[in-house]
Amino acid sequence: MSDFLKISGLHASIETDGGAKEILRGVDMTIPAGELHVVMGPNGCGKSTLAYALAGREDYEITSGSVAFKGKDLLELEPDERAAAGIFLAFQAPVELPGVNNANFLRTAVNAVRRARGEPEMDAVAFLKAVRAATKSLSMSDEMLKRNVNVGFSGGEKKRNEVLQMTLLQPSFAVLDETDSGLDVDALRIVADGVNRLRGPEFSALVITHHKRLLDYLSPDRIHVMANGRIVHSGGPELAEKIDQEGYAAFLADAA
Amino acid sequence: MSAPAAFAQQLEKTSGAARDAALALERIGLPGPKTEAFLYTSLRPLTGRSFTAPPEAPSADAVRALIMRSVPVDGPLAGQPLVVFVNGVFSREHSKYPDQAGVHIRTDATDAVQEDGDMPFLLLNDALYRDVTVLEVDRDTDAGSFVVLSLSFGTDTSFHPRLRVRAGDGASVTLTEIAAGEGAYLNNPVLFCDVSPRAHVVHTKLQQEDAQAVHMAAVRVAVAEGGSYDSFTLGLGGVLSRHEVRSVLGGAKAAVHINGAQLLTERQTGDITSVIRHAAPDCISRQTVRNVLGGHARGVFQGKVFVERIAQKTDGYQMNQALLVSETAEMDAKPELEIYADDVKCSHGATVGALDADQLFYLCSRGIPGAEARQILISAFLEEVLDLVTDEAARDALQGVLQQALAKRIGAVS
Amino acid sequence: MPAVTETREQIEKLGQSSYKWGFETDIEMDIAPKGLNEDTIRLISARKEEPEWLLEWRLAAFRAWLSMKEPQWAKVAYPPIDYQDVHYYAAPKKQPGPKSLDEVDPELLKTYAKLGIPLHEQAILAGVEPEEGAEERLPVAVDAVFDSVSVATTFRETLSKAGVIFCPISEAVRDYPDLVRQYLGSVVPAGDNFFAALNSAVFTDGSFVFVPKGVRCPMELSTYFRINARNTGQFERTLIIVEDGASVSYLEGCTAPMRDENQLHAAVVELVAMQDASIKYSTVQNWYPGDENGKGGIYNFVTKRGACRGARSRISWTQVETGSAITWKYPSCILQGEGSVGEFYSVAVTNNHQQADTGTKMIHLGRNTRSTIIAKTISAGKSDSTYRGLVRMMPKASGARNFTQCDSLLIGDQCGAHTVPYIENRNMSARVEHEATTSRISEDQLFYCRSRGLSEEDAVGLIVNGFCREVLKELPMEFAVEAQKLLQISLEGSVG
Repeated sequence: MSDFLKISGLHASIETDGGAKEILRGVDMTIPAGELHVVMGPNGCGKSTLAYALAGREDYEITSGSVAFKGKDLLELEPDERAAAGIFLAFQAPVELPGVNNANFLRTAVNAVRRARGEPEMDAVAFLKAVRAATKSLSMSDEMLKRNVNVGFSGGEKKRNEVLQMTLLQPSFAVLDETDSGLDVDALRIVADGVNRLRGPEFSALVITHHKRLLDYLSPDRIHVMANGRIVHSGGPELAEKIDQEGYAAFLADAA
Repeated sequence: MSAPAAFAQQLEKTSGAARDAALALERIGLPGPKTEAFLYTSLRPLTGRSFTAPPEAPSADAVRALIMRSVPVDGPLAGQPLVVFVNGVFSREHSKYPDQAGVHIRTDATDAVQEDGDMPFLLLNDALYRDVTVLEVDRDTDAGSFVVLSLSFGTDTSFHPRLRVRAGDGASVTLTEIAAGEGAYLNNPVLFCDVSPRAHVVHTKLQQEDAQAVHMAAVRVAVAEGGSYDSFTLGLGGVLSRHEVRSVLGGAKAAVHINGAQLLTERQTGDITSVIRHAAPDCISRQTVRNVLGGHARGVFQGKVFVERIAQKTDGYQMNQALLVSETAEMDAKPELEIYADDVKCSHGATVGALDADQLFYLCSRGIPGAEARQILISAFLEEVLDLVTDEAARDALQGVLQQALAKRIGAVS
Repeated sequence: MPAVTETREQIEKLGQSSYKWGFETDIEMDIAPKGLNEDTIRLISARKEEPEWLLEWRLAAFRAWLSMKEPQWAKVAYPPIDYQDVHYYAAPKKQPGPKSLDEVDPELLKTYAKLGIPLHEQAILAGVEPEEGAEERLPVAVDAVFDSVSVATTFRETLSKAGVIFCPISEAVRDYPDLVRQYLGSVVPAGDNFFAALNSAVFTDGSFVFVPKGVRCPMELSTYFRINARNTGQFERTLIIVEDGASVSYLEGCTAPMRDENQLHAAVVELVAMQDASIKYSTVQNWYPGDENGKGGIYNFVTKRGACRGARSRISWTQVETGSAITWKYPSCILQGEGSVGEFYSVAVTNNHQQADTGTKMIHLGRNTRSTIIAKTISAGKSDSTYRGLVRMMPKASGARNFTQCDSLLIGDQCGAHTVPYIENRNMSARVEHEATTSRISEDQLFYCRSRGLSEEDAVGLIVNGFCREVLKELPMEFAVEAQKLLQISLEGSVG
């Protein structure tokens, strides 16, 4: 199996009042096509930074290292080019866009990505059909489409809206940044279903989480433990069980 | 603009730098109805009058009595060091403050004059001040609290007290200024406040001039990096008053609070005007002003927040609220934002209206008579804003005075 | 004397440059010599075969203007205007207006096409007679003002069946002199301000609308303005009168060819709404803003005011201002009738070196009058944009209400956005609420959109349109789409 996503020696820092602060300190990770990997780790270990670095957020400066996605240099691409290439980041804290209608936003995004991928744009009718099917599968009400993007959404609604976007944009690689936080069991299952429906030989995902709960629905292929900006341990799905019972202490000793 | 006829005689007698200020003032004249900065504040109480009467020195007893009334011995400010101005000049006799290491108080005969044509009443003080009192606090010194009294006695005469406060690096000082007097005079106090890096100045002001008097105050503040100027003014007295603040946030992470309240009745005009200039990044400005207007009173609020191009990450907030409690009262407000930096968070708001009918009804439905319900709501409206006074003793003092004023004038305001 | 000398090649070249509407039409013009004096005014009045009273009215305005000073209080800066270096009258030579649309000069029709006048309206202008009963599909009547003279008016018949008068004001002066005489200058007096006085002295044309008692105007009325000839000031005069219980929606769109010189535009619009009447006045203004170095562009100094004379009358101004080098404009409402309503919805976009000082005045005279102000200001490039507004509650305005919301968005760190509200309340039972915010497009919002596949410019366009939504939704559908496109075009090159 060829390397689908390969992260090598990735260093990233962020500008703070006290100067540049290094957060990622040499992340190495390979995710083959079709696999679902998980990153776990204590607060502040760099999990969200890794997600932002993959999606191309500007204020995270990549100081060294590389990310190859389907053989291409991902770090060369602008955020929208990454989206078109098939990367999707489900935000931990989805952003509110006042005055921007949710359905309109979705259609604009879907068509921008389709255009970039050389696919025909969807007309209003086709789009409406697609979006209705997606909302139904996610147990979302169509009423959410009429509201402004994430404005006044509850935490659960925001997360579901992220999964809706993912469903419609059809990424080949999704990063879910603590998409499970603050969700009740039903919502958790809906998020998991959204991911599972996309799974296949050409779809991979990186799930960032604190909790084992979501993993019960996702059957991950591999678990990585992150600490101090590095992957300090990797293993099979059984690792999640171990962390759930014993915490990170055993891994942190290695990282120091 | 009208020529400053009311002060012509004194202006003629000036010399030196004061003369230049007098000439500048004669050139621009006193503000008229077309002057944008005085759009809503009529200087009619000054027109046709002359402030040429030679000030009569009040008796020491009269001064002492007014001091006692302004700072009651059993009041929250009792025992604080006193800096006293009588009829516009520093009074050695009535001032009372201990020697403190790192704190210097002196009085000079002359002062630097800026000839600021933009602030005619600062210019008037530039031309006519008699002496300047300088309060200097050395670096990293906490000078504690001072009560600054500006006491005026006389009619058809004008007073021009002038105070300079310099807080050195990391120094702090708390000022509680009280303006009071007897007669139909003009009091024209000027305060300069130089706040060095990391220094903190707290300035609380109580304006309770004679009902016949005119009070035209100018405050100029410069705050350096990491410093703060935290102020509150409560306007109660005078037939005409204006509290005008110009503050410059000149260093990163500086902060100013320019808060205030006014309770005006009868034919009073009260004006709170400010310009807050953000001239450095990461600075914070806060302003909340509340007005209660009864009788034929006129309240004026003008507040400009100016954000220079360099002042990225500015955080500015401004709110002016007014309650009209009589059919003939008026409120005029001009909150203004002038912004040249893009990464800023600035907002302002203004509301003018009557007491909330739902709140009134709620109180009445609980058995409280209408007049009392109105009093409760008016008091609450003003007392709430006094929470912004950071110095506890000053806040207690302002609360006491406000309660008395409300008790005395509540008939007029409700 | 042909005023237009550019060759076709030049026109085509202009058409390819960034200002889509920058073109000139090669039509022979009848043009007055430059300069302004009583003779100029007499000439205008004579050309338009005006009655004596109107000439006297113009001359009085001119004399008032001579004693007035150009206003200096707005936050705009421009070199002194030489009012003697302007042509005050320019008319296409094929005058007066065509009896039928077939007579319309084909060049003019091309102009409309470039203007983006909706296709069905072009068809009307091109002389395609509507089928019987087809008018429901063609619901917009156009009174096109080409420089100074209205050359075509459509749908006259349908309108006149309903009793609605919609014609060039010069025709109204001839055909309905009593109406014009009664209302002209009754909302904006001839000597109201410097630019209004100038307009009153030299106005050449504009639209006249009269909707009689109880009539809902059967279609949206639309006017397109163009400033075409070099150095001709444009001085429109619009007068709309809506009687008891009647209503009208009026759309105004503006474009101007690209020029190096700044061109002066000083229009006056007067609206009168009687009891239970309603007027909705919408403007999309995309006159030439000058080039990216601030060279050229229109000076847009406009006085627009509506009088809500009758009880429960309503006047609603909606404007999307993206063009002009300088905008000086304060569409206002005088709320006299008890329970009357004034509304002002505004989007003002400035880019490059544009300057806009715009807002409104809501003067509450009557009991229970209400007003709403929603102003969205977007500044980019090296531009400056100011919201300036007045809300005045007079002593008799018991129970009156105002709500004002002003939001400014800055794009880039070389522009300025300013908010200058004047709030005056002289009635204790009247309530004024004002809120204003200034912010920029957050990095979070931009990144979120881009991570969903939107390009930076599309992301900015989307966020800006969201920012303006409250205003855009007030526009008639057809205008709203055009306005959204305009916003994006206006901000091109402002990001990155």
